[in-house]
Amino acid sequence: MTQDLNFFDEMLGNGDGPRPPYTSYDGWFHAEDIRELRKKSLEAEAFFRRTGITFNVYGASDADERLIPFDIVPRIISAREWTRLTKGIEQRVRAINAFLYDIYHRQEIIRAGRVPADLISRNDAFLPQMIGMAPPGGVYTHIVGIDLVRTGEDDFFVLEDNARTPSGVSYMLENRETMLQMFPELFSSIKIRQVSDYPLNLRRSLGACVPPNAEGCTVAVLTPGIHNSAYFEHAFLADHMGVELVEGGDLRVVDGKIAMRTTRGYKAIDVLYRRVDDDYLDPLNFNADSMLGVPGIMDVYRAGGITIANAPGTGIADDKAIYSYMPDIVEFYTGEKAILQNVPTWRCSEPDALAYVLDNLSDLVVKEVHGSGGYGMLVGPAASKKELAAFRAKLLARPGNYIAQPTLALSTVPILTQKGLAPRHVDLRPFVLVSPNEINITPGGLTRVALKKGSLVVNSSQGGGTKDTWVLEE
Amino acid sequence: MLGKTAGGLFWMFRYLERSENTARLVEAGFRIGLTRPDGSDDEWLSVLQTASVAGLYTAAHGEVEASKAIDFLLRDVGNPSSVLTAISSARQNARLVRTALTREVWEAVNDSYMILKQTLARPVRTRDLPEVLATIRQQSALVRGALHGTMLRNDVFDFARIGTFLERADNTARILDVKYYVLLPSLSQIGSSLDNVQWETILRSVAGQRAYRWINQGESSPVGIADFLIFDGRMPRSLKFSTSKIATNLNYLVGEYGERHPCHDQIDVLNARLEKTTVENVFEDGLHEFITDFLADISRLGAQIEQDYRFLG
Repeated sequence: MTQDLNFFDEMLGNGDGPRPPYTSYDGWFHAEDIRELRKKSLEAEAFFRRTGITFNVYGASDADERLIPFDIVPRIISAREWTRLTKGIEQRVRAINAFLYDIYHRQEIIRAGRVPADLISRNDAFLPQMIGMAPPGGVYTHIVGIDLVRTGEDDFFVLEDNARTPSGVSYMLENRETMLQMFPELFSSIKIRQVSDYPLNLRRSLGACVPPNAEGCTVAVLTPGIHNSAYFEHAFLADHMGVELVEGGDLRVVDGKIAMRTTRGYKAIDVLYRRVDDDYLDPLNFNADSMLGVPGIMDVYRAGGITIANAPGTGIADDKAIYSYMPDIVEFYTGEKAILQNVPTWRCSEPDALAYVLDNLSDLVVKEVHGSGGYGMLVGPAASKKELAAFRAKLLARPGNYIAQPTLALSTVPILTQKGLAPRHVDLRPFVLVSPNEINITPGGLTRVALKKGSLVVNSSQGGGTKDTWVLEE
Repeated sequence: MLGKTAGGLFWMFRYLERSENTARLVEAGFRIGLTRPDGSDDEWLSVLQTASVAGLYTAAHGEVEASKAIDFLLRDVGNPSSVLTAISSARQNARLVRTALTREVWEAVNDSYMILKQTLARPVRTRDLPEVLATIRQQSALVRGALHGTMLRNDVFDFARIGTFLERADNTARILDVKYYVLLPSLSQIGSSLDNVQWETILRSVAGQRAYRWINQGESSPVGIADFLIFDGRMPRSLKFSTSKIATNLNYLVGEYGERHPCHDQIDVLNARLEKTTVENVFEDGLHEFITDFLADISRLGAQIEQDYRFLG
């Protein structure tokens, strides 16, 4: 494999043999016949297609489902690296929950002048309906995905926080399942921490957040429906938790509870893991045209009849403009310095920052404040003159809608190509479960990989793939 | 279970059964065509009528031609009963009720869909038709096998079975009707060798020709075949077998849920009537009239089940 020395390669490090976490794997790999491995790679694809692990692409002309490409070379993290990461993630997630409680109550952080009031009050993701409301168990973000990138041996950065409805956990689980089927011998020779108990932990975690008026502990997953891009995941999680997968049309308010229409009449739900955005959750309280939600659910919620996970209004915490204040937010609520670093971020709403961004556009990555999925972003070094000019105009028209970050030298992990191993850029999304009793982080997470040589965009909607992520036992 | 899930299971298995039955109908039409002396394509009109899609076909293609009819029945996405539409709808419903299915059942349906989608991507050449039809039947059998081998015997299973047998009762009734009403030969032809060939074909289309011979020592007669397909409770595609299965599974639901609904009374009435009737009565009053009534009963029963178990709200 040829190495680009401008980037940190997680397998080869500085080029003098494999880094320690990869030693065993490297030995195994070189004893294998590369043609056999390529065959395995095709088998993996057939396996995914059979299982139906697909996603629907918005705006694609054919309504068919696509596969997210899977690469068979694992991404490996040592026990020491993981311990450090989990400390940082836990700290950050606690801070996010404390921040959410605060901004929907006394807003101490604004009074203290650490976060500008405008940023909250004028933010679309801020839900006035949540003011003064304490979610059951005090948990706002039951499920969080923290996107991490790496640039060197000890340099991890948080790229973004996903505090609304982070997706991808089904890929984490199915990737492992696929690897176990294809390479069982690897798992007996290398000690890798399990991820398969995630659905049970999720159910337990949700069950620990029942509302005050709970009659039992009935959990359900709310999906926008079969045409949603993440439908597979919604069905997967409901199935593996052993709970019903419901749509808005199955639900209504019955005696102050949200109830689902079953073959035997309406049955009350205590905890709803919703994969429907805030806007669509309740046509009586938010978007009146929504067919995806449940009329009146917010009133039931406020009266303590149901737990909604994640709580409405948590989007304010993963807003990209808020992101730039995260080091302050972590310090304000935990009294400690943030363990995980933020990527330096210019808020284009500030004139000085805007001027800098415009002067250095071709070196920067510019993102929409409310954007996601890699849509609507500019990768300066990869952009044409025309694209740069078009983005410049957008920035000048609505500077407050954008933030900019330096183009990070994302680490690489090899993928298997026709010509053998080749380095590709990766990121990592660990999944975090929050309940009143504990914060549970599944060892590993979803590694997304840009399959195109040199590309820094890992999103599946933009040609990214995934890898199994191994955290080694001590 | 969610009412929506019950409905999804019911329709998933109706569509699966339909894909198989449409393939069987095509096979029957193909066979009749091969044995017809005059070389006309009349049988295809009756096959289209059996599948209740003759109007749709005529609107889209006009004159009935064998190759167009076969294509319409196998591949046309505008035909709600075509094999391709049925298997797609079955899979769509399977995705909807994914949480109620075992991995094996889901994979069997998904595999069937992928295989048939590929098999039916282009018009089927006449010489390939027997093999394609066999593939469709085999795929259907695979799903059924996965269902039987891996699913819990609970309400999920019951709704799957109720959908299967409701669709099957409907289809066998229609097949009988085609022969007796649509293909009704002039009196002089009754008992002729052509007439017998067509009856044989009907038996073949429900995979019943050998069973029938075993039971009847090789003698075949129209009344005997009608008796077999309507009243023989051992024949897994007969009306009586299908309705008794519906009753069984509906009764399991009574056991599991502890509630009786109007649909239970309907199926009991229907079965009691079948029990009292003989094939002689049927022919005295007219086979076509009997079948028309039966189809109406089945359709009403389906609607009642949908309402009683809250498929839609």
